Amino acid sequence: MMDKSATFIAPETLAGDRYAGLTAGAWQWIAALIAIALVAALPFGLSKYHVFELTMVMIYAIAVLGLNILTGYNGQISLGHGGFFAAGAYTAAILMHRYGVPYWATLPPAALICFVLGVLFGLPALRFEGPYLALVTLAMALATPQLLKYFDTWTGGQQGINLAKPVPPAGLGIDRDRWLYLVVLVALLIAMRVAANMLHGRTGRAFVAIRDHPIAAAAMGINTARYKTLAFGTSTLFTGAAGALAAIVIGYVSPESYSIFLSVSFLVGSAVGGIATIGGAIVGGLFIQFVPNLANDVSDAAPWAIYGLAMLLFMYLMPRGVVGSLGPWINRALQRIMPHQTAFDDGAKE
Amino acid sequence: MAPILQLRTVKAFYGQSEVVHGIDLAVEEGGMTVLLGANGAGKTTTLRAICGMVRREGEIIFAGEKLDRRTTEAIASLGVAHVPEGRGTFIGLTVEENLRLGSYTRGQQLENMQRMYGYFPILAQRRRQQAGALSGGEQQMLAIARALMMAPRLLVLDEPSFGLAPRVVEDIFKIVERIKREERVSVLLVEQNASLALELADHAYLIETGYVVASGSAKSLADDPQIRRSYLGY
Amino acid sequence: MHQFLQQIFSGLASGAIYASVALALVMIYRATDLVNFAQGEMAMFSTYIAWTLMNAGLPFWLAFLITLVVSFVGGMLIERVLIRPVENAPVLAAVVVTIGLLLIFNSVAGWIYTYTVQDFPSPFPDRPVFGALMTTQDLGVIAVTLVMLVLLFAFFRFTSTGLAMRAAAQNPESARLCGIPVGRMLAIGWGLAAAIGATAGIMVAPVLFLDPNMMGGVLIYAFAGALLGGITSPVGAVAGGLIVGVTENLVGTYLIASQLKLTVAFALIILVLVFRPNGLFGTAIVRRV
Repeated sequence: MMDKSATFIAPETLAGDRYAGLTAGAWQWIAALIAIALVAALPFGLSKYHVFELTMVMIYAIAVLGLNILTGYNGQISLGHGGFFAAGAYTAAILMHRYGVPYWATLPPAALICFVLGVLFGLPALRFEGPYLALVTLAMALATPQLLKYFDTWTGGQQGINLAKPVPPAGLGIDRDRWLYLVVLVALLIAMRVAANMLHGRTGRAFVAIRDHPIAAAAMGINTARYKTLAFGTSTLFTGAAGALAAIVIGYVSPESYSIFLSVSFLVGSAVGGIATIGGAIVGGLFIQFVPNLANDVSDAAPWAIYGLAMLLFMYLMPRGVVGSLGPWINRALQRIMPHQTAFDDGAKE
Repeated sequence: MAPILQLRTVKAFYGQSEVVHGIDLAVEEGGMTVLLGANGAGKTTTLRAICGMVRREGEIIFAGEKLDRRTTEAIASLGVAHVPEGRGTFIGLTVEENLRLGSYTRGQQLENMQRMYGYFPILAQRRRQQAGALSGGEQQMLAIARALMMAPRLLVLDEPSFGLAPRVVEDIFKIVERIKREERVSVLLVEQNASLALELADHAYLIETGYVVASGSAKSLADDPQIRRSYLGY
Repeated sequence: MHQFLQQIFSGLASGAIYASVALALVMIYRATDLVNFAQGEMAMFSTYIAWTLMNAGLPFWLAFLITLVVSFVGGMLIERVLIRPVENAPVLAAVVVTIGLLLIFNSVAGWIYTYTVQDFPSPFPDRPVFGALMTTQDLGVIAVTLVMLVLLFAFFRFTSTGLAMRAAAQNPESARLCGIPVGRMLAIGWGLAAAIGATAGIMVAPVLFLDPNMMGGVLIYAFAGALLGGITSPVGAVAGGLIVGVTENLVGTYLIASQLKLTVAFALIILVLVFRPNGLFGTAIVRRV
């Protein structure tokens, strides 16, 4: 029997905790807006090459985010995401080159085609687990350059396709590199928002349940096959969209760019950033873009050895990735200032 | 007689939680000591602490050696044979291979094996079968035999009656009693089946939520009216 | 028809190489539940060690023996020092570590030995046999692989260390309770795998010529073969490796679009796996609730 006179914590008190006059939610928005403003202003203080590099970081982040959805949240390993990246890139390239589609209009079809490809791939993938799934996805990665060279009437074969570089809108007065940076930034923010909504909601919980306790999940009535296929499709949608953006930004596609090494890089970036996180994708993008170059600076005789060493060190020190390992720490620190709030996913621990 | 195993203010932890809160325990050499208590009391955790399978603090002394810092395999080599909860048989290996593993730390494989077949004739019949194909009771016998192949000084048994039919449990306990007599091995037993255990044991401890709440000779605990009501059902 | 049989036999010979590396992969997978993506590069590095010894004047079999020992010890050290820190970490961390090792071995080999392709002597004479269906080289490679399989089988079946290793792989906790030093068993497993890999590398080098990228393609086919056979079965590894070798050869010979060889070969392998998702000889991973 509810005794009205008994003290109990009114819900408003939790959600409406105020810190220096503002709710936690308001603070989050302010922090996010400041961060976004800083990131958006960044390219105007950097050289064109650095702007290009950072644009690639964001593109890789979107690609790695796709992989995080599939392998991190849903537990299905993929050694083949380079292939889906290529699919998105070539879709955009062919649409622009053959059919004169403007660059910004290639994104939705590229994303959609990659979603469908992912679902088609995900259906047979339901039969495979662990190292077997790794092999099947590896086959995809290995087949991609060969198939791209083979169907040369469409893909331009070995030569690839050269693309006209996009023209920024006339009224804004900024150059192409900075315009593309902002375009990709918007894409990244949308991708992260969509991913967060999906992964923090019912779908995300189903993904994680299937990853950790597939039998229990099925017993609870979760349609495992449907969610696993959905995970594959959304994952490839993200990575394919990233591929399309890459084609637009680089202005060139060729089979050599989409080798097994690309797929492996995505996986490594995922692991280094934190496989079951959203923020980790950005760390992954940074790793993929910058560490190989840094490795070259350290040793030009054996740069890949340094890259490999960097991978080992990251895994020893932070086996759950940067965001995966540091996230819980930061959350705890944040709890002292703002109880009941967390900054990083911690509902998706492996 | 000096105790072969002595625990002094031993704490045991599962991760961060302290589950056993500083207990004292002793097993007399050549005798059988039983740990009684309800589910979740900390009995299995205590056994795991002795064998170094969980984080522990405090003093654990076995035959004059300190066990507190040693690894599980080192403790096993010293002469502690632990038959874990759920039996821990190697279900992918044959009965005979399971027994051979018991004598990894000792030699004398053949003679020990013959003795085991003497105690458990059913194992001799099934020696080439996969251990996973054995019934629950047979697997329990195999687990005990495997432990005895180690020629241990202390046999630690964790709930040998678990999941077994009463007739089978009786058989197993008869064998355990025979082993205690003929093998001159001390036994530390954890059991939920209190009445059977108290009949066999020399000493008993009652553990509740990580504390020792009663101890003494098995007979005195069996006669204690409170214990009779709570654990023996009459 | 003659050509067809020739292709089958030379497929068996390359398949024997895949089978050897597949054996090493299976051994490590059974011991540590991990696919060692660096297996090929470790084998390549061992082969360079043998080559260095032979260049220093040692006869082939002595160089081979020393290389086996060095590889065994090296494999044990790698497990102990580089793999153990991530053995209890999420699987992906261990996978990334093996990929990192792959890169390190490849790059360091290129740095020390350069990327110049080298000749490597074969212990087997290269004479045609069985009416030019095979060469003695091919026969030798197949024989070595079968000998390794038999030795391994005997080791695991009849020796107490072999039994202890099987126990440690199946149930590490129970193994510790028997006094088995599980960590050391894992290290021995990696050592054996490294020695097997070294043997495979030394057999492949005369045919593919020695260079740091020699084992890249071999690893991929060996991985496919190990899974085709069933990642937990040594017999499966050998069978799978041989089948993959023959398939690769036949596809390469008879497929019009030769640039799609890898794609088609893998497509066939995966087709088989669709019907047997645990490989031909693998046991289904039983999940208990």
